[in-house]
Amino acid sequence: MAVVTMSQALNMALHEEMARDERVFLIGEDIKDSTYGITKGLWDTYGHKRVIGTPISEAAIAGAVLGAASVGLRPVAEFMYMTFMMCAMDQVVNQAAKSKYMFGGKAVLPIVYRTMAGAGRANAAQHTQSLEAWFAHVPGLKIVMPTTPYDAKGLLKTSIRDDNPVIFIENKVQYATTRGEVPSTDYTIPFGQAAIRRAGTDVTIVALQRMNEIALEAADELAEIGIEAEVIDPRTIVPLDLDSIVKSVRKTHRVVIVHEAHERVGFGAELVAQIVQHAFDYLDAPPIRVANPNVPTPFNRTLEELSIPSAAQVVQAVRGLMR
Amino acid sequence: MATIVSPIEPAIAPSLGTAPGALDRHDLTDRDLIDVYRTMLRIRRFEERVKDLFLEARLYGSVHLYIGEEAVATAACKAIGDGDVISSTHRGHGHCIAMGLETGPMMAELMGKVTGYNHGKGGSMHIASLDHGMLGANGIVGAGIPISTGAALGFWIQERPNVALCFFGDGAANQGAFHEGINFAAGLKLPVVFICENNGYAQFQSVKQDLPIEHVATRAISYGIPGVIVQGEDVLDVYGAVKEAVRRARAGDGPTLIEAKTYRFEGHFLGDPEPYRTRAEVAAARATRDPLKLFGAQLQELGVATAEDLQAIHVQIDDEMERAIEFGESSPEPPASVLLTDIFTGADEHGRAS
Repeated sequence: MAVVTMSQALNMALHEEMARDERVFLIGEDIKDSTYGITKGLWDTYGHKRVIGTPISEAAIAGAVLGAASVGLRPVAEFMYMTFMMCAMDQVVNQAAKSKYMFGGKAVLPIVYRTMAGAGRANAAQHTQSLEAWFAHVPGLKIVMPTTPYDAKGLLKTSIRDDNPVIFIENKVQYATTRGEVPSTDYTIPFGQAAIRRAGTDVTIVALQRMNEIALEAADELAEIGIEAEVIDPRTIVPLDLDSIVKSVRKTHRVVIVHEAHERVGFGAELVAQIVQHAFDYLDAPPIRVANPNVPTPFNRTLEELSIPSAAQVVQAVRGLMR
Repeated sequence: MATIVSPIEPAIAPSLGTAPGALDRHDLTDRDLIDVYRTMLRIRRFEERVKDLFLEARLYGSVHLYIGEEAVATAACKAIGDGDVISSTHRGHGHCIAMGLETGPMMAELMGKVTGYNHGKGGSMHIASLDHGMLGANGIVGAGIPISTGAALGFWIQERPNVALCFFGDGAANQGAFHEGINFAAGLKLPVVFICENNGYAQFQSVKQDLPIEHVATRAISYGIPGVIVQGEDVLDVYGAVKEAVRRARAGDGPTLIEAKTYRFEGHFLGDPEPYRTRAEVAAARATRDPLKLFGAQLQELGVATAEDLQAIHVQIDDEMERAIEFGESSPEPPASVLLTDIFTGADEHGRAS
């Protein structure tokens, strides 16, 4: 099995799905030459009618894929940065997410909105924000956040085969730096199944995407002082594998949630509510969130690093719970 | 030296410059012409009955009537065929009927009944029937423009000989979606026809305040596509323009922007006190720009129908409306059990596979 980068794993998924199903097409800005390499080579293989470069018109992209899905296609749209999706919110939230329900169930809308979130590359605030909670709040959207190249390939294939609008969030730092074994064979990963990245007995750490890598670092440090953390990667937040998380918390009695999005009203807030509801009697300490401290991401490298949760912060949070 | 780009002259519609003369029935047979009249009347009576029912509190919600604009939807949808699609607006009942949706399930939808086209989950502003090529009315002004552009993109990718018609109002012409959608469609020469129903008012505000230019169609120039102005109360005029635009679209020549100058006989929504215009203005429009009266006279002038023939159609349509109302009112309310269904395909309300 080859070891590939996150970018290469995503590229494999797109290649394979386009070869498998001629209804799949890609649309977005600069996707022919592919700024981050995700769509590299696809225009050469599948041509201008299946790899469609657009003007800088996010609302047109977001609405066009809904129209194209309505006449039988399976579009994959790319928004280069998640912040750019703000220019397309009506089409994603009012149109794509709600159409099926408003139409009494008759519309089948297989749409993937791929985008890139996360911090850590000095893009400053308008190119750096993790908005998964915004979209998770809206009924009718599935939200996928892969952490490993293996999962990225399998989950993207599942997203393309899903008959609903899917927000598929990639992490900008992981594209080139996160590597892993990815088979060249066809496989999918079902939505709503969390991955236990590390088994442990003393505390549960639920961490999204790149923060899962941070959580694993923290868990190694904690092990050195005799604390065994169980690290869970939800992989999809709609649907959410709440059962696996609750089961773990009932075992460890403590939980820390880590994400790059702002702490206030983030995914962690929802998860804390669910955990308290389903595992209240098992908790030995209050659930804790480690997240962006409600600040627009600064440009300065040192300040930006300070705004991103670190392994040290996670260690500190866990030690606070163990007292 | 700087080059000054002058304001461009409006795209003058051939139709507006045409001297009155013999009626051009285009390729429409006698039967087609009668069908057109029947559809226009069906829209008129449907809307009139909806108004009555609303005032009698027999239906509820936000309702926007299409009275006065019937010729636009009817003519435009007559110019397309099997496999073609449309996107519509919050003022969408006329587009639905012109696409062949039945008035019974439409009325049921307005009443929120389970037999409605959307099983009562959409209501007046969201009627859709993909089987009829009706991609949906829409509660967001201008939102249908990227969507119908996307349907046309689908036809272009699949190399299907189909077209999309995109209806929107003068208000939508000032939305960003208008610019993004038309610019994108024009760039790829997608098979879509943009039809602006300029009824003079964007909600409560006159188009004269909203538009710094006289015609929406003038904006076609900036996308390098034809802009055409037609009189929206003249069904044959609208038909001719849309037919030509559809031909161009199918031939791969790209989109056309058609502006139909029309007039909203009723307020923006049912209950609108209409502080922005005079009763005399509305009365004048009803007297001189009623598409139904004008087309009825044209049919008699062409010798296609007599006054008695038309009267017989009126009786049929009145009867159909009674049956539509009866169907709606006698239909059951949706059961509580469907509240959380239809959010996802193949999954429960949490997105979990079902």
